[in-house]
Amino acid sequence: MPEIKVTPLGAGQDVGRSCILVSIGGKNIMLDCGMHMGYNDDRRFPDFSYITQNGRLTDFLDCVIISHFHLDHCGALPYMSEMVGYDGPIYMTHPTKAICPILLEDFRKITVDKKGETNFFTSQMIKDCMKKVIPLNLHQTVQVDDELEIKAYYAGHVLGAAMVHIKVGSESVVYTGDYNMTPDRHLGAAWIDKCRPDILISESTYATTIRDSKRCRERDFLKKVHETIERGGKVLIPVFALGRAQELCILLETFWERMNLKAPIYFSTGLTEKANHYYKLFITWTNQKIRKTFVQRNMFEFKHIKAFDRSYADNPGPMVVFATPGMLHAGQSLQIFKKWAGNEKNMVIMPGYCVQGTIGHKILNGQRKLEMEGRATLDVKLQVEYMSFSAHADAKGIMQLIRMAEPRNMVLVHGEAVKMEFLKGKIEQEFSIDCYMPANGETITVTTNPSVPVDISLNLLKREMALGGPLPDPKKPRTMHGTLIMKENSLKLVSSEQALKELGLNEHQLRFTCRVQLQDPHSDPDTLHRIYTHLKSVLKGYTIQHLPDGTVMVESIVIKVSSSAEDTNTKVLLLSWSYQDEDLGSFLSTLLKKGLPSGLC
Amino acid sequence: MKLYCLSGHPTLPCNVLKFKSTTIMLDCGLDTTSVLNFLPLPLVHSPRLSKLPGWVSKDGTVNLEKELKECAGRVFVDSQPEFCLPERELLDLSTIDVILISNYHCMMALPYITEHTGFTGTVYATEPTLQIGRLLMEELVNFMERVPKAQSATCWKNKEIQRMLPGPLKDAVDVWTWKRCYSMQEVNSALSKVQLVGYSQKVELFGAVQISPLSSGYSLGSSNWIIQSHHEKVSYVSGSSLLTTHPQPMDQSSLKNSDVLILTGLTQMPTANPDGMLGEFCSNLAMTIRAGGNVLVPCYSSGVIYDLLECLYQFIESASLGTTPFYFISPVANSSLEFSQIFAEWLCHNKQTKVYLPEPPFPHAELIQTNKLKHYPSIHGDFSSEFRQPCVVFTGHPSLRFGDVVHFMELWGKSSLNTIIFTEPDFSYLDALAPYQPLAMKCVYCPIDTRLNFHQVSKLLKEVQPVHVVCPEQYTQPPLTQSHRSDLMLELQPPPMPYRRCSVLNLPFRRRYERVYILPELANSLVPSEIKPGISVATVSAVLHSKDNKHTLQSTNVFLPCLVLAPKPLLSGAVPLEAFLATLQKHGITEVKVEETADGHILHLQAEDTLIQLEEDGTHIVCDNNEPLRTTLRDLVLRFLQKL
Repeated sequence: MPEIKVTPLGAGQDVGRSCILVSIGGKNIMLDCGMHMGYNDDRRFPDFSYITQNGRLTDFLDCVIISHFHLDHCGALPYMSEMVGYDGPIYMTHPTKAICPILLEDFRKITVDKKGETNFFTSQMIKDCMKKVIPLNLHQTVQVDDELEIKAYYAGHVLGAAMVHIKVGSESVVYTGDYNMTPDRHLGAAWIDKCRPDILISESTYATTIRDSKRCRERDFLKKVHETIERGGKVLIPVFALGRAQELCILLETFWERMNLKAPIYFSTGLTEKANHYYKLFITWTNQKIRKTFVQRNMFEFKHIKAFDRSYADNPGPMVVFATPGMLHAGQSLQIFKKWAGNEKNMVIMPGYCVQGTIGHKILNGQRKLEMEGRATLDVKLQVEYMSFSAHADAKGIMQLIRMAEPRNMVLVHGEAVKMEFLKGKIEQEFSIDCYMPANGETITVTTNPSVPVDISLNLLKREMALGGPLPDPKKPRTMHGTLIMKENSLKLVSSEQALKELGLNEHQLRFTCRVQLQDPHSDPDTLHRIYTHLKSVLKGYTIQHLPDGTVMVESIVIKVSSSAEDTNTKVLLLSWSYQDEDLGSFLSTLLKKGLPSGLC
Repeated sequence: MKLYCLSGHPTLPCNVLKFKSTTIMLDCGLDTTSVLNFLPLPLVHSPRLSKLPGWVSKDGTVNLEKELKECAGRVFVDSQPEFCLPERELLDLSTIDVILISNYHCMMALPYITEHTGFTGTVYATEPTLQIGRLLMEELVNFMERVPKAQSATCWKNKEIQRMLPGPLKDAVDVWTWKRCYSMQEVNSALSKVQLVGYSQKVELFGAVQISPLSSGYSLGSSNWIIQSHHEKVSYVSGSSLLTTHPQPMDQSSLKNSDVLILTGLTQMPTANPDGMLGEFCSNLAMTIRAGGNVLVPCYSSGVIYDLLECLYQFIESASLGTTPFYFISPVANSSLEFSQIFAEWLCHNKQTKVYLPEPPFPHAELIQTNKLKHYPSIHGDFSSEFRQPCVVFTGHPSLRFGDVVHFMELWGKSSLNTIIFTEPDFSYLDALAPYQPLAMKCVYCPIDTRLNFHQVSKLLKEVQPVHVVCPEQYTQPPLTQSHRSDLMLELQPPPMPYRRCSVLNLPFRRRYERVYILPELANSLVPSEIKPGISVATVSAVLHSKDNKHTLQSTNVFLPCLVLAPKPLLSGAVPLEAFLATLQKHGITEVKVEETADGHILHLQAEDTLIQLEEDGTHIVCDNNEPLRTTLRDLVLRFLQKL
């Protein structure tokens, strides 16, 4: 029985370093190749030795697919392809291909230049890695080789995020990457057709959350920012350069416009301008409303939002600053945080998920004293707010996607074990399908039961369809008989006659002639007629003919009568049939042996 | 399989393919050359046009001076211009299931087909095709509605009268079916029926047929289409290009193994080299400007204009045209320039790389930023106050019958300093200029048509090897004006099947197989036996389900109540005498008398009073009514035979 295997190397019962291996129909596919924000050691990358202990990555993998540009999904890519060594195809969408190298370079700079780590991938490696990337378009069916095909679907979440449908023969797997089932201010909602995959591998970041309406969250966010500004405080919003940042910018921009506010809004790092450019050039990946109006007013040209300079952090008076990175684990957001943390008038708003081990995660858990490098401690006096703006599907959204795709099995990744457990129960209960949540390095196996595609001769198909009457009822099943010819890789179903002809075989006729003795004191013709009448009354629905040449035919079975030489009352019937009529012939000979009923005329 | 041909224009095709149970329209081109028979629609009152004399037949019996005007020996209809629609009587258009659009030039008749004919199907197109097609339609409607014409001339269409008119009006065909332009409301309704598709996306139609668009390299989002079932493949090639301009390169390899290839949209200028034309365009432009004249470029607002602007971007500095203003005037100029920048997925590799930087893929963004190129919705408004001469104006419509170009013809036509440069190949420039004669301005004809030429197409067909080729009849003979050029036609073996407007072709196609799926349970129960080395057979008795054109075979066990006994299989092979005798002996039948006959042997089983006639292609068992004996013998014979 064919099997599909799924092994997470990362993101198994965890968020971070997403990397999932799928084996399907003899093909091996790596889904995402991310890094873990919570670690600075070997654990930051997936454990590729799982594969390399048996040989080279290139020999094992048929392709690598990256779902979107977040580093926990693509951060290990140059390490994997250039340092571990992989030369096969890497697939990602155009926006991901455009943005991913910038974030990788950023990540490299922070790690190597700022933290001074060695043995890390270089700028050149990022470039070489990107040369192996083949861009994917939405809904395009890409033939990786003759058997393996992949197709990308819109996933929302961030610009260019995709879900991917992987198919070999009639077996298939869908991997969601990160996705969002509700449209937001700049992106649309994820969508997939009823593709009924054998396995749906879904993220489950918000497995237990059912988030309140988007509008409430937005109102809350604006209210908090406004209050802080009013009392002269500073607001820090740690974000990743692309994604939530743009959505919140659109939100603040329109609010500033409406309320006629004057406090400055800044966006840190040189990426801003560039990032917004990407949104303008890839506007077809944003939501309907933005796409429709972009000629008149491009939503990504901000009037109120200016570039940030690090000296501004010490300026007096209120301000709002968007700074990268989003989990306060390094870089400018962390620097500003350190400056502002001591003042209770200020506020930090965490708009997304924070991985364990990051400062973002610590302060969200209420930690008020932070140990910094060099044994210094930092007192956190500013207000800490968490607002879930990260565009992941919540429990409701995940259930909605299952309803859309109708998978036969479910695998949860990219979430915390406890929360997964809860969702798994819910899924199994509501959809009666198996749901798995493998840990890193653990393999789950699903057996599939694919049907076998066969070429049926049109003659045979039409003959069978015609047997059901002139206008066959499509709902009514019909029986069909034929011969399946298996030759090399082709399977052909044809009528038996055609099979003989195609294989160049002669038909072998097998006939039976059976003598049946019968006591019937009538003339031969009368006996024959009595047989005819008898069979007519017994066999309904068969063609029975009394032919002038002195035979009775039941379908194609021939019956003749002759008198015995000694006794004219003893008749000898000769029944003759071919093997194809064996059942009827055998039945007739047994029936006639019993004699004819007396009441016949 | 049949093909109904509704348009005779080889580059603006409209064909309908009936394939399996589906009816598929391939493109929806609108033949706009009919507008050349009409007077131009001026934006502001033109004394010259209004003073043209009316037409009266030579003998004075026919007087149509209200409807027809004479200009420089040609007669024009003074009425709102009308278009020649695809044929609508050849088949019932309401039966069309889907319409496949190959590029934005080939969809202009869409509202005529989808509205008011009872059409209830779906239109498939790529996103750039839809967006830019919408702009071109919007522009056309705008051009017409901006200068409403009260008069609608119909008398001249009377057959008796048309016969007496001078050419080319006399020879115009089906003039009664010509229609005025649609409204914006009809455009919106028609385009709401479009379903977007991406290159290489596979779309199932009713489970019977799969369609898939392929990049054709001609314009943004332009596609060829594959229409196939599991066993048959039709390729539809329309407007394709192998030149490296801005669109994604043409996907040629996916066209391989077609049973039928329908070929339309070859270049209309087989003898003009696009690169050479581009060079001539630039030099003529520079020459005119240096001499203090203005340059008028009648063009469509999307397509080649992007390449012209890119070429000028590189040319401006070297030709010291840095201070010359370039104007692009169209109701959709801004949208067209903006839209061109957001379709990274549909662009050639070079342009995609620019987007990754991120930079706009087309350099006209920079021309606009540096104020070298300005765009306006029309000559009214800002343009009239900001406009400086000498300048270069890009504007439509290329037919010179409507749009802002009419104004510039009136304005600049009288001076020989000015130049008009024709770049669009759709209209004969002499016909286009006819209602403006006599004309002092210089005329340069540099038609740029990047579509496949005959040399490229024969190479392509050699590569992809279709079994049959169908094409417009124009491609099967040299052009009328160059009848000696046998290289300007398709020469194939077997010869292509030509079509013309209103042809109905029976495509030579024999469908022999269909796909059926054997469900796992049944598949596991089959018992294959090897008949020849590498070839196995298994008899199949199953329940056939047919739903949505998908067929599946299921094990009969599931349907016991309605079970029909499986018929016995056919037999093949021969029964060898010695082996058979040995087997009989094993089963206790020892008294066998063998008699040789002409065709084989007769075995007489004496104890059982039974005869078995063994021959090469048959076995006959004659016995008394002893069922156990008969079935034993039957099974022994069957052991030696193959069952099919």
